Amino acid sequence: MSDAVLVEGLCKSFGTTKAVRDVSLSVRSGELFGFIGPDGAGKTTLFRILATLMLPDTGRAQVLGLDVVKELWALRPRLGYMPGRFSLYPDLSVEENLRFFAAVFGTSLDEEYEQIEPIYVQLEQFKERRAGALSGGMKQKLALCCALVHRPDILLLDEPTTGVDAVSRREFWELLAKFKESGLTIVVSTPYMDEATRCDRIALMQSGRILAIDTPHAVTESFDRPLLAVRADQRYESLLALREYPHTHTVYPFGEMLHYTDARATLPVETIGAEVVAFLESRGLTGVSAARILATIEDSFMAYLGTPEEAPAA
Amino acid sequence: MNALRGLLQKEWRHIMRDRRTLAVIILMPVVQVILFGFAIRTDVRDIRLVVVDPTPDHVTLEIRHRLEATDAFHTVAVLPNSEKLDGLFQRGQAEEAVVFEPQFASRLERGLPARVDVIADATEPNTGSTRQNYAMAVIRQYQQEQGEPAPGVQISAQLRTRFDPTAESSHLFVPGLMAFVLTIISALMTAISLTREKETGTMEALLVSPLRPWQIIIGKVLPYLAIGFVSVVLVIIEARIVFEVPLRGSVVLLLLEGLLYILVSLSLGMLISSRTSSQRVAMMGAMIGTMLPTMLLSGFIFPIESMPTVLQGVSNVIPAKWFVTIARSIMLKGIGLSYLWQETLILCGMAAALLVLSTRSFHTRLE
Amino acid sequence: MNGTIAIQAQELTRIFGSFTAVNRITLDVHGGEIFGFLGANGAGKTTAMRMFTGLLAPSSGTARVAGHDVYTKSEAIKRSIGYMSQKFSLYEDLTIRENIRLYGGVYGLRAQEIRSRSEEMLSRLGMEASADLQVRSLPLGWRQKLSFSVALLHRPQIVFLDEPTGGVDPITRRQFWEMIYQTAAAGTTVLVTTHYMDEAEYCDRISIMVAGKIGAMGTPAELKQHYAADSMDEVFVRLVRPTNGEAA
Repeated sequence: MSDAVLVEGLCKSFGTTKAVRDVSLSVRSGELFGFIGPDGAGKTTLFRILATLMLPDTGRAQVLGLDVVKELWALRPRLGYMPGRFSLYPDLSVEENLRFFAAVFGTSLDEEYEQIEPIYVQLEQFKERRAGALSGGMKQKLALCCALVHRPDILLLDEPTTGVDAVSRREFWELLAKFKESGLTIVVSTPYMDEATRCDRIALMQSGRILAIDTPHAVTESFDRPLLAVRADQRYESLLALREYPHTHTVYPFGEMLHYTDARATLPVETIGAEVVAFLESRGLTGVSAARILATIEDSFMAYLGTPEEAPAA
Repeated sequence: MNALRGLLQKEWRHIMRDRRTLAVIILMPVVQVILFGFAIRTDVRDIRLVVVDPTPDHVTLEIRHRLEATDAFHTVAVLPNSEKLDGLFQRGQAEEAVVFEPQFASRLERGLPARVDVIADATEPNTGSTRQNYAMAVIRQYQQEQGEPAPGVQISAQLRTRFDPTAESSHLFVPGLMAFVLTIISALMTAISLTREKETGTMEALLVSPLRPWQIIIGKVLPYLAIGFVSVVLVIIEARIVFEVPLRGSVVLLLLEGLLYILVSLSLGMLISSRTSSQRVAMMGAMIGTMLPTMLLSGFIFPIESMPTVLQGVSNVIPAKWFVTIARSIMLKGIGLSYLWQETLILCGMAAALLVLSTRSFHTRLE
Repeated sequence: MNGTIAIQAQELTRIFGSFTAVNRITLDVHGGEIFGFLGANGAGKTTAMRMFTGLLAPSSGTARVAGHDVYTKSEAIKRSIGYMSQKFSLYEDLTIRENIRLYGGVYGLRAQEIRSRSEEMLSRLGMEASADLQVRSLPLGWRQKLSFSVALLHRPQIVFLDEPTGGVDPITRRQFWEMIYQTAAAGTTVLVTTHYMDEAEYCDRISIMVAGKIGAMGTPAELKQHYAADSMDEVFVRLVRPTNGEAA
């Protein structure tokens, strides 16, 4: 199996901001690959380089075996790209947008109808409506159609589910799974950590750097310490208390719980849990409990991040 | 008061820290003063003088010598009679003429009145009379020095308008106005269209397609050409009906030339917007890049012949100048393509050059 | 929570032409509470916030913020509240110190107070060394923390945070929320809007707006139980689905 995407030592800066720092990775053909990371991680810049829309400062990248800098005209017809923000024509209707993009790629809507049918059936009842008047979820589906209508060999989707309601997000990923079955390579970026589990492999990205690349399962497995979910009625006080607790390695709020890891690597987790509960109760907190949990992608991401940077000095 | 002081400090800092805008605000008036100042010279200097002296003698030569000696005049021709005078005025080669009566000195010696006509081009009425006064002052000075008894030298001053059978100022003005208006609209249309795509993000999707820059550019210019054509038609109708400007030449030719001119302006708009992604910047660029030069240097308000040579040269680069000439020639003088082919060719060349330049500088990537 | 009512709204409504952006909402925010104001884009959150912050007059209904009537005392409201939004926080081409001084002046603090609070804020944030940098050279996470602190400079009773944590990594987000906790523990009421559903769980109580109305309100635990959901995300889905089907 050849690589659908091959990136070596890619760097890109805008003025003093380093958007992409020495990124190297490969994506296999037919894979559903996810870039997970918050805004400013460099995902959009990376995607734009892969889509031949920007030049890297150093390093090289190949998509479908073609160099993104030198062979862009050969590559563009084979790419399906969905930019980070809505880039279709709001004053044209759903159907007009689709026909336009089909024409621009040298094909027609009628020829490719079968290809995009799974998505288009959901849109068809709105085909006369102006694209600007669609809901967020519908817009993304339309954009996906336009990216697929010319039968690309690879899909690059930059944050396709951002700003979309939870229902539509779910439906979008179900559509992606369907297209993956036909052998299409799909590269997606998302800030939603929970979407990571739907990918074959993921790359965690922050501040232009890749923190880790592996299957979602392996990423969570790599969490090197036992993780405890600690609960108390007085949430903020418990957080403050644990920050003063001498054995704390990390403690962060996660919804109603606190996710806690201990500095002592060898102690059994039950002991750790019991000691934490005792400590918090000694501080007068009530409703205290501690239970071992499996690390999520977010926990792993934060473990890879370590401590955030200091404020810059004048 | 603290709050107010804080606000003042803040605004001051914003202004000081935005170097680019500051430069524009300070330099623009400076540049404009220079441009306007030179274009609108009402100075009485370097007036192109034609002398008509049928029988040169010591008096006429003396007067001619004095006129020449001032900074104000610059003799471009000396003629034996007034035959060619009209032509010189018409072509803008002469701005003022001093016409001596034959046998000038001998008439004075015999105590007869000797007439000298001072004729000035009155396209700008104020300038015209100033020029006349200057010439008349020199002549009177001579008279006084001679201590001539009456009747002596008789000066007769005339103002003449430039050759135009209809002699209506709007007829000269309106074709120029047409050029002015068409320029701005066209450049604005394409400037906005391209940058709007960049700003809304739709450009990103277009760029990743197999479309080539020339396709994108032509794809934008052609529809606006059609709309521009409608503008041309409407503007010509307006000129005819509202201002009663004659249309002595071929309507078809005028329409085609108008279309060509719109093409030039659209291409200019494309070039301006290929270099920026902001609609606002593109709009300002289009307006400043077209409005000011067209107003000052196309000959629509201020005659080009009155400008310093440098500016005259610059005006050749302004597309509007050529169209103003073409429009005036077709409408007022009824001239056909056989005489206008040079100007037409120049406009064609400009359109081609601008389109090629736009295509070249069109970024096929996002930056 | 200190037993007072910081914000009170009764049948509050705002209409723009023929469009009802906020449709008769009724809610109470308790003093010292962290109240999460959730809802999809276009559901009416921003309009409601604008009415609470004295920027927009309601069409009908009543509301009191920090004890002041929103119709008649909008200036008093503005003086009693702090505001921070994602779109605009501080002036990028001014330094940190200059920004603090500016806002201090705007809120009518005396020069001495501004100086002392400014030093205290900078040391608490660990930003003394950055104080003379222009804000534009700060990374986003630091800007957010600074913005929040500046919104609290004049020690308001209530602080409104509009999508304050967009675009930063998960750790920085949580650090920001610790600042929120600290602020609430000190007695300030915090009204925060966010589209991160997990952040909803950090709040004491939340309300979810749907098409101009309040679709649900309560503590996160109550809502999860009511909708038989494991997470706030689920709650949102269950709440929104019945009204939408597949919305277009």
